[in-house]
Amino acid sequence: MDNYREEQTAAIVNLPPTHEDVVRERVNALYRSDSRHIFATLIRLLGDFDTAEEAMHDAFMAAMEQWPRDGVPAKPQAWLVSAGRFKAIDGIRRRARFDALEDADTLGDPASEDAEAWDDEGVEDDRLRLIFTCCHPALSPDAQVALTLREVCGLATEEIARAFLTPAPTLAQRIVRAKAKIRDARIPYQVPTPDELPDRLDPVLRVIYLVFNEGYSASSGVSLTRHDLSEEAVRLGRLLAELLPEPEALGLLALMLLHESRRIARSSPTGDLILLDDQDRALWNREQIAEGTALMERALLSRRFGPYALQAAIAAVHANAATAAATDWTQIAALYEVLMQVNPSAVIELNHAVAVAMRDGPAAGLALVDAILGRGDLADYHLAHAARADLCRRLGRLTEARTAYELALGLTRQEPERRFLERRLRELN
Amino acid sequence: MKYLCLICAETVMEQMTETDAAKHLEEYVAFTQAIKQGGHYLGCNRLLPANAAITLRVRNGKVTTTDGPFAETKEQLGGYYLIEARDLNEAIQVASRIPGARLGCVEVRPVEESEQTCRVLGLDEPNVSFQPQFVS
Repeated sequence: MDNYREEQTAAIVNLPPTHEDVVRERVNALYRSDSRHIFATLIRLLGDFDTAEEAMHDAFMAAMEQWPRDGVPAKPQAWLVSAGRFKAIDGIRRRARFDALEDADTLGDPASEDAEAWDDEGVEDDRLRLIFTCCHPALSPDAQVALTLREVCGLATEEIARAFLTPAPTLAQRIVRAKAKIRDARIPYQVPTPDELPDRLDPVLRVIYLVFNEGYSASSGVSLTRHDLSEEAVRLGRLLAELLPEPEALGLLALMLLHESRRIARSSPTGDLILLDDQDRALWNREQIAEGTALMERALLSRRFGPYALQAAIAAVHANAATAAATDWTQIAALYEVLMQVNPSAVIELNHAVAVAMRDGPAAGLALVDAILGRGDLADYHLAHAARADLCRRLGRLTEARTAYELALGLTRQEPERRFLERRLRELN
Repeated sequence: MKYLCLICAETVMEQMTETDAAKHLEEYVAFTQAIKQGGHYLGCNRLLPANAAITLRVRNGKVTTTDGPFAETKEQLGGYYLIEARDLNEAIQVASRIPGARLGCVEVRPVEESEQTCRVLGLDEPNVSFQPQFVS
């Protein structure tokens, strides 16, 4: 019997696609391109994440069934939104028979807002509403990241769990609790007003950059780049910059593109870390550099730029230098000085110290690094000790260099970085 | 992806009043119908109470049996649903609508669908894409 079925399947596979196959592929393509947008609109209409997710699923199921028979509607997205809305209300009414606690009336009357909901001006804002809700400051940063990746990007819980090296049940519960919090705390589904925007944009940018960094340099584990996460972050950054072209949104996208342009060049085929100086610049992605540089310039010209645009400006100086020796360290050091004023942080100070070392020599840089460490800052940050080690090595203070490399080695959690530091330590001996 | 939802409760339908049991069953009929329509349904069964169970072991080629389930807990396995869901969170959402979840609890257990396991056990190839395929 199974053989018979297999033969049948084989026969079907070899046939030219039927009308039904074509329409179903169309539905699948729409799912890939528009399901997140439809989901975001359904949340607005239905007022709840879980109800919207189920409604969207039911709407696509209905399309699979009805479109091959009735034809693809003129406005397929509007049809799906409308179908999802009716299915949800129908489902809740049906369930209300069993569960008195559930209140079907909170959903309002479907007839009062018709299928043209998709044509509302508000539709473009739905994706923004979703982003701002997922990154709401009332949610923990971990929950913001998990929720954004699942609800805005459409990743599966298990995929996010794998990417963040977290057990799937932990991550799933984080998402369940975050959605419950949104419901219970009645977090409004809206784009912040202009006066709220600076505060509310910050966590959104932070979530996107965190996802990017998680992909760009995995905080632990054997692989240096988990590229799919970086790609997802760039996609998110693009969406945000398109929907809300604030200078810092442009700056963040620019920064990610400029980093991403070096991805292939920054690790060897065996997975070893290659520093900026030693990278083959022919491998850098010129298109990404051009796009990132243009976005960065747009952000700086607005005169309302912040730390992301400034970091992008620094990355652009590196990206546009023909050789490592041609790097304009004077400009980089100056940009770090502005950055330290906008966003005082010991890590930025450390980067400034390295730039000063390149501009004025290792002794000047070492003095700045020692000042930071002397204050007690960055004692547990492996890159601070690695930078100190490198400067000592260049000054010929080999015993100090060795001690600093060993300190850095003890603090790094990342396999390629550990191998890099071991190699440097061996070269000293 | 596939998930097995195990329904456990202290009170099974056999111990309910006739009216309550009938209402509970009606809820199950509605739930099952809903997840069939929603494309989540793969299979389900109601199990007889734990006092109908036999647990067996084979040691040194000899079969030994004991009465009852292998785990002594107050809650007993009363039935299961095998469902298809996009991911663990969608599975949780579907499972939260199982009527028994309001009386006892539901364990949601992902089915191992690695290519290797499927191959050696002669199962269908797993759905590698995480996007739902709406082909029934």
